[in-house]
Amino acid sequence: MQAFDTAQLPRDPSSVRFEPGPTEDKLILSMGPQHPSTHGVLRILLELDGEYIVRAEPVLGYIHRMHEWMAEQKTYFQFMPNMGRVDYLHAMAWNWAYAGAVERLAGIEVPERGEHIRVAVTELNRISSHLLWWGAYLLDLGAFTPIMYAFDDREILLDILQAVTGSRLTYSYFTFGGVYNDVPEDFAPRCLAFTKHLRSRLPMYRDLVTDNVILRGRCEGIGEMDVDLARRYGATGPVIRGSGAPVDTRRAEPYSVYGKFDFRIPAYSQGDAMARYMVRMDELETSCDIIDQAVSNLPDGPCSAKAPKTLKPPKGEACYAVEGARGKILVHVRSDGGPKPYRVKLRAPGFSNLSVFCELARGTLLADAVSILGSLDLVIPEIDR
Amino acid sequence: MSPDLLSFDHPLTRLVVGLLCVFAFVGLNGLVLVWVERKVAGHVQLRPGPLHVGPYGLLQPIVDAVKLVGKQLAMPAGADKYLYWAAPLLAFAPVTVCFLPLPFDPNLAPMRLNIGLVLILAFSGLGVLSLILAGWGSNNKWGLLGAARAVAQSVAYEVPLLLAVMSVAITAGSLDLYEITSQQGGWPWQWYGVQNPLAFFIFLVCAVAETNRAPFDLPEAESELTAGFHTEYSGMGFGLFFLAEYANMIVVSGVAAALFLGGWQGPFLSGILWFLVKVYAILLLMIWMRWTYPRVRFDQLLNLSWKWLTPLAIIDLALVVIIKGIGG
Repeated sequence: MQAFDTAQLPRDPSSVRFEPGPTEDKLILSMGPQHPSTHGVLRILLELDGEYIVRAEPVLGYIHRMHEWMAEQKTYFQFMPNMGRVDYLHAMAWNWAYAGAVERLAGIEVPERGEHIRVAVTELNRISSHLLWWGAYLLDLGAFTPIMYAFDDREILLDILQAVTGSRLTYSYFTFGGVYNDVPEDFAPRCLAFTKHLRSRLPMYRDLVTDNVILRGRCEGIGEMDVDLARRYGATGPVIRGSGAPVDTRRAEPYSVYGKFDFRIPAYSQGDAMARYMVRMDELETSCDIIDQAVSNLPDGPCSAKAPKTLKPPKGEACYAVEGARGKILVHVRSDGGPKPYRVKLRAPGFSNLSVFCELARGTLLADAVSILGSLDLVIPEIDR
Repeated sequence: MSPDLLSFDHPLTRLVVGLLCVFAFVGLNGLVLVWVERKVAGHVQLRPGPLHVGPYGLLQPIVDAVKLVGKQLAMPAGADKYLYWAAPLLAFAPVTVCFLPLPFDPNLAPMRLNIGLVLILAFSGLGVLSLILAGWGSNNKWGLLGAARAVAQSVAYEVPLLLAVMSVAITAGSLDLYEITSQQGGWPWQWYGVQNPLAFFIFLVCAVAETNRAPFDLPEAESELTAGFHTEYSGMGFGLFFLAEYANMIVVSGVAAALFLGGWQGPFLSGILWFLVKVYAILLLMIWMRWTYPRVRFDQLLNLSWKWLTPLAIIDLALVVIIKGIGG
């Protein structure tokens, strides 16, 4: 390898196409890819004036695994386990988006029981994702204890999902036409017991954590985003609901059996980190409501429709959107009639949510940037795919 | 037999023996405090804490210390060699001096000074210098930011701290910690902390900020500045900062106990025991706060000091002076 020779650098600054560099009193700081509050391998280039951020630029690609390319190399079935690894915190929703797109393409109908189970496990997974976000966000703000309480609750939930799916994090439970295997006998009572338990814990979290004056000081008025800005960047999920637009794929484009259930879409109009925090805390209750309705009258029948072993969908393309814990997940599958997809496009909500960060972080303090970053609830593997 | 430093006639002998005792005390209490911190943190967080090394995990801090001693002392390229290594020593050395004027027991004050309080405040003020050197000398941007925060924080919180201490010194009419302690009684209503709760409160808040403990641990703010001023330190370099933090905690708790909680005085138990009980009560409060609260933001921290604590401390001081003036 040739040594890097600084003499070869152009001497005339105007010939360099980069943006103007920092002036004497500015500091360029590389936050990440190993940093405690970038949650994984996100790197943010910061230009600081004292502790104020002049410019923040996310640098992506440290965990790019070419999921979309892998899809083209595998059969429809073989690609299924990849979906649990795109966003490991809400694997069920990605399972669903891909399974849904392929079902739409191949014209497979999912039986009622399968839909109910899908709703229940996805909502359980959403709760586990939100609980983990809650703990990690407070860790970003310097509170060490809440994450232990969150994990305590999450443990019960993971046990339920393990009994159903066999795994605890990167689920690959969905199949074309339903779910792989039926739920165990005690699934419904365990779910109901869990939602009851979580509902009893939420007031404690509100009193101990949400109403804490230091936490309010760190969240209120931080990273304010109006709904136009959120729309311009394509932000979805709790991020746009925190800006006052109650946009939720479960309500806006009802898929599966969500139309049957009665649930509230929480939205707050302040648009700051606290609003996004409150949306997620309220969504824990929303998910509990949906789980209760989905499992308390679980229909009888098969949990999965018969799908051919080697799936060869007809030529064409299909999209399927689901509401993930981080926003709208969309999978676009195009088939050329063969056993492998011609092209799969994954729309990750975290990518759009992260792009708002540059705008939100400008002019804030470094500590606020950490708070804003946490409030966007980013999962880096999902952003890089 | 209660320990008696006064049996040594020569003050220099007393000082040397006292210094040795202080080193032993700091080292031992540092270890105990590490265990207490981890154990309390564990119970706060629904987990048992250290469990396997020794009974109740009691030997855990020793294992930690051995691990730290055994680690390589790394220094980043481009660091200022002398400043980089001077910083951890400078963090730890002044703290030991702070223990000398502390009255542990009527017969156990290593060095009785009529300006003992000034000595403690002066030497604890030196601590911030080590943070600056560590941040500057390690040639790391996070370290530099941490050092910059440490300076502003230290300046902001020493003012209300001094004012709170002054109000007690004026009440007692002395700067000698021994004298201040003996003017209080063994029962809570005789303590300055109960007679002047505002000064006690201000002192506690400032003490947490001065020792860089959560929720005011901004110079090392893990989630923002990775580890702040000690980002680059490994092994015993980090270990000394760590030990200095705990020693600082013991000093401020000791000063708080002597100034506000009647020091060694109390019914039934011997003096040194009462002193330790009070010190550990304050330490437990600090540990509890650390594992409960989120971290404040930097401007909020400064606002709290300049807009609330300093004016309150001035009002408190004025009241104390007026009451003292009326009372004669």
